[in-house]
Amino acid sequence: MSPPTGITRATLLKDLRLEWRSKDAINSMLFFSLLVVVVFSFSFDPNAEESRQIAGGLIWVAFLFAAVVALNQTWARELRNQVLDAYRVSPAPANSLFLAKAVCNFIFVTVLEALMTPLFIVFYQLRALGPAWQLLVVAMLGTWALVVNGTFFAAMSIRTRSREIMLPLLLFPISIPALLAMVQATTAILTGEGARFWIVLLVTYDLVFTTGCLLLFETVLNAE
Amino acid sequence: MTETAPVISVSNLIKQFGRFAALRGVSADFAGGKLYAILGDNGAGKTTLLRTLAGLTQPTSGGVTILGASEFHNVCHQVGYMAHPSLLYDEMSGMENLAYFARLYGIGDGSRCAEAIRAVGLDPELTRPVGQYSQGMKQRMSLARALLNDPKILLLDEPFSNVDIHSATDMVRLLARTRDQGKTVFVVTHQASLLEGVADEFVWMQAGKIAGRTRELTPPEATA
Repeated sequence: MSPPTGITRATLLKDLRLEWRSKDAINSMLFFSLLVVVVFSFSFDPNAEESRQIAGGLIWVAFLFAAVVALNQTWARELRNQVLDAYRVSPAPANSLFLAKAVCNFIFVTVLEALMTPLFIVFYQLRALGPAWQLLVVAMLGTWALVVNGTFFAAMSIRTRSREIMLPLLLFPISIPALLAMVQATTAILTGEGARFWIVLLVTYDLVFTTGCLLLFETVLNAE
Repeated sequence: MTETAPVISVSNLIKQFGRFAALRGVSADFAGGKLYAILGDNGAGKTTLLRTLAGLTQPTSGGVTILGASEFHNVCHQVGYMAHPSLLYDEMSGMENLAYFARLYGIGDGSRCAEAIRAVGLDPELTRPVGQYSQGMKQRMSLARALLNDPKILLLDEPFSNVDIHSATDMVRLLARTRDQGKTVFVVTHQASLLEGVADEFVWMQAGKIAGRTRELTPPEATA
């Protein structure tokens, strides 16, 4: 059998190839985020200081909702033609599949963030008063927090009838601590306050939930 | 293991879906190196039995022993499974699909994929995505995926459905050759006449039980 890392890489490349050909997830995410930026920019007319206060919340809520679109697509393509069964009957470990899906979603959401952040900066005239490089750390930790739980709960909800509704119902409550940390850390960096506590909270959240998801994923994959 | 020793033993297998019992105490031994045709009306429990043998459905009670192992995961690399849906990604070509599944079984050799595709009468050079294949081509590619890991046991659910008569006959010849190589083949089908003179045994299922086993394509009295 291939080593688990080889299977993870093969599954990740396969998913990137499928997305490159179908563009199901990335188009929906981009369109949704663009709408949020434009609608909010017309709804509010904040000055520079107000922008720094509200931007963290706006950005992360937009990315959270957009991420759900990608997360639903992740497993939907495994259900078409029941391809997931082909994985389940193979000797490949369940966690290789989970990690590949989580990393793939991380890449999609990171691409979205890279494309949308400049628009947020322009529309809300944002300029960080604190160390801007910390925003990159918060973005990476926050994105992982969203996708690791999102990938797990999307897998849990794939066999339910209304999975598009089920995923946010499962994901949003459990993401509240991470969302709070992301928003507070972003606001703290933009307003020049210290974000250390929130970053440590995000690291802890990521470690706890990544471990939990890896421990439980095989049970979820084989559930009927 | 001698050729006549059972490669699969099923004892008092019961599978409930809520209040519906799909399998109602199935017990049987299946010797190696034979081709079994599993027949019965819709809802007789054929597919549930096959999915249970493939480790995809957990029995409510009873046990399955495959190649001496009671845990499917220990022998999954020796089993090939083909379902009614294709278990293939529509957006990728046949070769791309097989190359991915080969990695799950630790097969890094691309020539093995090409060999499996040729064995079912398709061209490995075909670059069209599987989604554009005819139903018959999809079925044959699905069979190639099941044969990829050179399994000792082949579990096939409706391999001839939507396949033209010439292709179906070719598939039957391939299955007979596979059996002649000492492998054990299970075919769930409604087109039993295709296997007349080829199958070693016809297993007749009715209402979640094995109603009888015959050498000829003649229903036992219990199912008549």
